[in-house]
Amino acid sequence: MTQQGVRWTADQVLALAPDSASRKAGSKLGAAGPWSEAGSSDEGTVWGLCKGSGSKPYQTVIDIADAAGPAYKCSCPSRKFPCKHALGLLLLWAGGEGAVPPGPTPDWAEQWIEGRRQRAQEKRTAGAAGSAAGSGDPEAARRRAERRAVRITAGATELEQRLADLLRGGLAGAEQAGYGMWEETAARMVDAQAPGLAARVRELGVIPSSGPGWPVRLLEECALIHLLDQGWLRRERLPDGLASTVRSRIGLPASADGPAIRDRWLVLAQYDTADARLTTRRIWLHGTDSGRTALLLSYGAAGRAPELALPVGLELEAEVSAYPGTGQLRAALGEQFAPPTPTATRPPGVTTEQAAARYGEALRDDPWLDSVPVTLDRVIPVPDGDFWQLADAEGDSALPLSASARSRPGLWRLVALSGGAPVKVFGECGHRGFTPLTAWPEGAGEAVPLC
Amino acid sequence: MDKISAPVPDAWEELVTSALLGTARRTPPGLAPGAEAPVALLDAAAVETVRRRAGLRPTRAAQRPQPAPEDTRPPLPAAAARRLAMLLADRPGTGGGGRRGTAPDLMELLPQWLATANARGYAAPPQLLPVLLDAARGRTDLRPAALAFAGSRATWLARLNPDWRFALRATPGGGTALPSPQDTEGVRRLWEEGLFAERVALLSAIRAGEPAAARELLATTWATERAEDRLMFLDSLRTGLGADDEPFLEQALADRSRNVRATAAELLSALPGSALAARMAVRAGACVAVDHTQDRPTIVVEAPHECDSGMERDGVVAKAPSGRGERSWWFGQLVEAAPLGVWPGRLGGRTPEEIVALPVADDWRNELHAAWCRAAVRQRDAGWARALLGTPAAPEAGGPGAVSLAERARLLSTLGSAERAEWVAAFIATHGLSEAFQLLGVCGVPWAAPLGRAVVDALNIARDAGSYPWSFSGVMGLAERCLDPAEAGRLEGLMAVPDEGEDASPGAGGYWAEAFQRLVTTLRLRATMAQELGVE
Repeated sequence: MTQQGVRWTADQVLALAPDSASRKAGSKLGAAGPWSEAGSSDEGTVWGLCKGSGSKPYQTVIDIADAAGPAYKCSCPSRKFPCKHALGLLLLWAGGEGAVPPGPTPDWAEQWIEGRRQRAQEKRTAGAAGSAAGSGDPEAARRRAERRAVRITAGATELEQRLADLLRGGLAGAEQAGYGMWEETAARMVDAQAPGLAARVRELGVIPSSGPGWPVRLLEECALIHLLDQGWLRRERLPDGLASTVRSRIGLPASADGPAIRDRWLVLAQYDTADARLTTRRIWLHGTDSGRTALLLSYGAAGRAPELALPVGLELEAEVSAYPGTGQLRAALGEQFAPPTPTATRPPGVTTEQAAARYGEALRDDPWLDSVPVTLDRVIPVPDGDFWQLADAEGDSALPLSASARSRPGLWRLVALSGGAPVKVFGECGHRGFTPLTAWPEGAGEAVPLC
Repeated sequence: MDKISAPVPDAWEELVTSALLGTARRTPPGLAPGAEAPVALLDAAAVETVRRRAGLRPTRAAQRPQPAPEDTRPPLPAAAARRLAMLLADRPGTGGGGRRGTAPDLMELLPQWLATANARGYAAPPQLLPVLLDAARGRTDLRPAALAFAGSRATWLARLNPDWRFALRATPGGGTALPSPQDTEGVRRLWEEGLFAERVALLSAIRAGEPAAARELLATTWATERAEDRLMFLDSLRTGLGADDEPFLEQALADRSRNVRATAAELLSALPGSALAARMAVRAGACVAVDHTQDRPTIVVEAPHECDSGMERDGVVAKAPSGRGERSWWFGQLVEAAPLGVWPGRLGGRTPEEIVALPVADDWRNELHAAWCRAAVRQRDAGWARALLGTPAAPEAGGPGAVSLAERARLLSTLGSAERAEWVAAFIATHGLSEAFQLLGVCGVPWAAPLGRAVVDALNIARDAGSYPWSFSGVMGLAERCLDPAEAGRLEGLMAVPDEGEDASPGAGGYWAEAFQRLVTTLRLRATMAQELGVE
């Protein structure tokens, strides 16, 4: 398949932008004006010269066929990644063949592409050789793991004590105690090398100020932390899968060593969440042959977009391997056999009833699960007082939208797309409600990202 | 988990209550009190939490909204839809911007994009309606075109989101569909029971198709309407004004409200064949004559000495604004309302050109010519407009003359677009760009070839004269939006940085090159946009 046949949409290109300023600057450069000698090759390379403020134009080249989404190179001094020139050039390319005609790759672009592919090849061979040799001294690694387990056990035991004290004195006191108590406990869990516990404890601190019904939510979260503590303390007696789930919830590192599944993976959604230190990107994939759903996580340092970028509506043929744990959806992207290309394929969907059941079943393998990925077929967004729900087009059932979904601009994109008629919606369904992430109109039409 | 005994029914409520108070005060029923109670409570709560979550069931569907009416217009071509998303992503306040730089100002191209899309009759992509409505919310000038493009689904959305309420106000009938003019019963009911905005919308809609039907509808309730409503309704007759509106307007001349009377008179005076126009012709004619006793024929003006009740009834405002003489105030109104066709007969069979060229005695020239200008605009009289505009190359056309630039702009609007463009082109060729902004504003878009050429030549001359481009930023901005994209090729030569002349402002050459690059970029983008919308 050639790159020229299937172009990305502007939305897909703009989804690569690290921030809104880049999106805007890139949009402006997505016009023929400042570009010269722009072109593209069948191998998935796009290049061009962009006139900047200096006398020498910037050289911009993009490798769209890269396994982990596009790779960029630009001679401009910007530290943003991709820079506005790369975005502008991709927009120009997305706009049509006229502005970026197929042609022979110029030397300066060819050199970079060659260098990249060579390095990637070396890395693959080196990686294969490295893992065969094993990493370091296995005995030392085992001792390190044991020491860490001891510290986590101490941390979990201490946390159990604190939870028991809290329940003995009553949650009502927690409202006055404020945030400091939880911050301190979370810091203790960081010391105990249990980042999963630390994160959960930190979340407890916000609940007392989270509005009506907070005692219920606080009790639920305390009980689930208690369940996790107990799971850790008795991990030897748990079935293997559940023990792995507990280890991953506690925050122990694991590698994606599940069997590699080769499939044509449809990109269902991509969205970022950010705190002061880290940007986390979640990409949901659906295997069109296997029917499996997988979650890719990638991270970027504060203020920088994670490097892996797979815009909604693309499809890629690749291998994906799961992380350990029963019902684990998190996976790692392995070898990629064809570059991501736009597709009209849509995932199959279920009713709201089936979606709720699916969440219930998933809790059997992972009781700490907040939500499961589901595609709802033929649902209508319906206002319900101050709330919104997704109602089955046929039947009386509906799933309420989560609070976070209600405050996003994507809600209105969804409502506008539906216009009161059924749509197909992919999202996360759990005890907080349904969070829509992508929607497809009933008739023909591209996937519309909602996040 | 192995220690818990089965909690009693309604266990969850009990657990929450105990947890709130603390097990030291209250032990949940079914659990053993004592030191182990908190842990037992947590065990039970964990089971209940997972059980509650696993047992979650969908809720009952709420009342579904009436589906949005179907948009039967053809969908936008994919490339055009992407372009629209891009134009809308370029919102003001998202950083950057400003007049400098070589990149086009996308938001400025949105009005043109919308106009083209509306002219081609495309439907808006539903998922873009929220950003489109947000953009229209911030810019009232964008609203009519944006709402026309957004179509009925936008009003459907506006009923769900208070942020977009303006869409309901701006849409005829507040979003409820207007009855078709054939639906006599529906029309009568809406006219009699509707809100004011709905009634105005109904009247305007009917007036646009069947002028007489609208007038008859208005006549059915005219006597009972409030004065300010009568004024608004009367104003709707401006559309499709014709001779058969005269009896109704004549009757409105006797209205209780002075504003209604004035509007009726104004409308009647735009009908040169009306009785009011004839009465005004007599009054104005009595004030103007040619004096042959001078060296050359000269117009003499004898302004009215009083404003009688007949004049007042015909809409003449008796009280002059402060700073104006009463007699010249009345005179101006008479000439403005008199049909222009009477003057050749009154002034010796001369053509409008010859009349305008006549000298006017005693400083009445400005007053008289200004009144003729207003009459030419009101009566859409191209012949008189041409005469009053004069030749664009005349020295006084560029500076203060009998006819101001603002009046020239209005006169130009009565001419055909080709003639208009030619006149402004010739004006720019003689007088340069500094006075041309207002005149360019009334020219058709894209600019006709001679006009575009004149503007580019004038910009080139301004550059050679060594000034900075931002002295012409207004014209530059207009050129970006109005110049025919086909002209882009002619601008290529201007994009290079020229050698700096001795008397040029420092760095001006570079800024000019940047400004021209920006112009070319924008023109190319407009050409692409038009192509994407299927315009050849």
